[in-house]
Amino acid sequence: MENQEKLDEFQARIDAGEKIEPKDWMPERYRQQLIRMMSQHAHSEIVGMLPEGNWIERAPSLKRKLVLLAKVQDEAGHGLYLYSATETLGIDRSELVDQYLYGSAKYSSIFNYPTMTYADICAIGWLVDGAAIVNQTMLARSSYGPYSRANVRICKEESFHKKQGYEMLAKMADGTPEQQKMAQDSVNRWWWPSLMMFGPHDSDSPNSAELIKWQVKLKTNDELRQHFVDRMVMEAEAIGMELPDPDLEYNEETGHWDFGDIPWDEFWNVVKGNGVMNRKRIKDRRAAHENGEWVREAANAYARKKKLQQEKAS
Amino acid sequence: MTTETKELTKQEAFLAYLLRLADDRLILGQRMSEWCGHGPQLEEDLAMANMALDLIGHATALYEYAAEIEDEGHDEDYFAYFRDDREFTNLQLCELPKGDFGFTIARQFLFSAFSYFQYERLKDANDEQFAGMMNKHLKEIKYHLRHSREWVLRLGDGTEESHERIQESFDELWMYIGELFYMDEVDEFMIKEGLGVDSSEFKKEWKKLVEDTLTEATLTVPDWDQFMMSGSRKGIHTEHLGHLLAQMQFLRRSYPDAEWK
Repeated sequence: MENQEKLDEFQARIDAGEKIEPKDWMPERYRQQLIRMMSQHAHSEIVGMLPEGNWIERAPSLKRKLVLLAKVQDEAGHGLYLYSATETLGIDRSELVDQYLYGSAKYSSIFNYPTMTYADICAIGWLVDGAAIVNQTMLARSSYGPYSRANVRICKEESFHKKQGYEMLAKMADGTPEQQKMAQDSVNRWWWPSLMMFGPHDSDSPNSAELIKWQVKLKTNDELRQHFVDRMVMEAEAIGMELPDPDLEYNEETGHWDFGDIPWDEFWNVVKGNGVMNRKRIKDRRAAHENGEWVREAANAYARKKKLQQEKAS
Repeated sequence: MTTETKELTKQEAFLAYLLRLADDRLILGQRMSEWCGHGPQLEEDLAMANMALDLIGHATALYEYAAEIEDEGHDEDYFAYFRDDREFTNLQLCELPKGDFGFTIARQFLFSAFSYFQYERLKDANDEQFAGMMNKHLKEIKYHLRHSREWVLRLGDGTEESHERIQESFDELWMYIGELFYMDEVDEFMIKEGLGVDSSEFKKEWKKLVEDTLTEATLTVPDWDQFMMSGSRKGIHTEHLGHLLAQMQFLRRSYPDAEWK
């Protein structure tokens, strides 16, 4: 059992808004929850490279090809510093990677949906990055120092991605009839999955209370989701895109937009591994990892040789 | 019947020269971008996306200038999306499928080493805009060269498996390097105008860099005098290019009237 005094002291620091740093004492459960959340975030950045990478080779202009390449590169960068931030909690990147490739660690289910058309790339930028920003803006104020700082940096780049996606979607919405149709179809397919990115309703979210007590999260899933919906309704209207929810209605009393029932059955189905792309995503990531093994081994062997040579020389 | 060889104009030569440079970079960048999300480690995912970004960025700038020189109202996308296999003048070296990581690295090293010497000279070309562009891109080429060279050393002098793999890649690539030094009337015209570079001037230096690197990596330098492929500057390609273009161009060509920038 952890010393109650220490726990109280820890909670007092949290309540005073202090950041917890890697060398500080922390409850084991706090550490475990952070490892789970942060590594899941990192895995999501990496798997997220696949649905978008799917359109780099086919991007319809050189400018859009460069924009997409830069975006996917940023995601690799986010993955890298999120793994580094997680390593401050005393766990290796290789162990974390094994946990999602061969174990039970999760990544965001949103990436198990297929990018069928180029407009999906724009809709992802707007909706998926948009939802991620809402979440990460909150996480940038999280109590764990390294995670908070990683999110500050990530948010800056994600805002840029969102802007680019939104801007191209607006062009398509204002483009030829085929482009308009393609854009609307993408929004129809990505709207509900993006709402599901905030996780289950608060009543079904077992981790929430604890995470909020420790200020790892500052808002609940439903609060964040509502914030997202309120923003997106305005942004959709501005570019003439319809959101596929007949129940969307402004509520004078609450000052928020009410929305329809989220199709949770579908969400849980995808979480359980039955999304269109679940198997392919994991297969691709495993293949990259396994096909890269000889490269990593060579790099290690070479580094060892060089070290030995240096030691001999001195 | 006789075929008359028409004298090249400066505009024609400059345009052809820019397109050759640009096509090499677009096609190689396209191949490099195929690694996105599939690299052997996260650091390499970043590095390869970065190199693809540079290569395609360089190609875009060159196409933009080509459009200006051509003066037919085209833009950079026209050259990338609306030309067919026979009109592309990239090296066959650039269009070969990406292969394994060792193959990608070996090719990048050979190409970057060549580009390095080429751009070192082109940065003093007798055209301010062109020279400025070359100077700017040279900085990134130096990084590509350093990065790919370091990996040649690691893989060559790493494990038995990596040694064998990258040796095989160099052996396979060797017949495509002859074209790096191909020169014709376009080059001659450009050299005369102080706009182009005589690649025979730095062939020795390039060979030495390649030989030194392979030797340091404990690799065997393949036979310099073996059979070499030719024809790509006249639009002769492997079958791989057509598939690459089909993928790259399909969306843009399906909706040519739409705005995609």
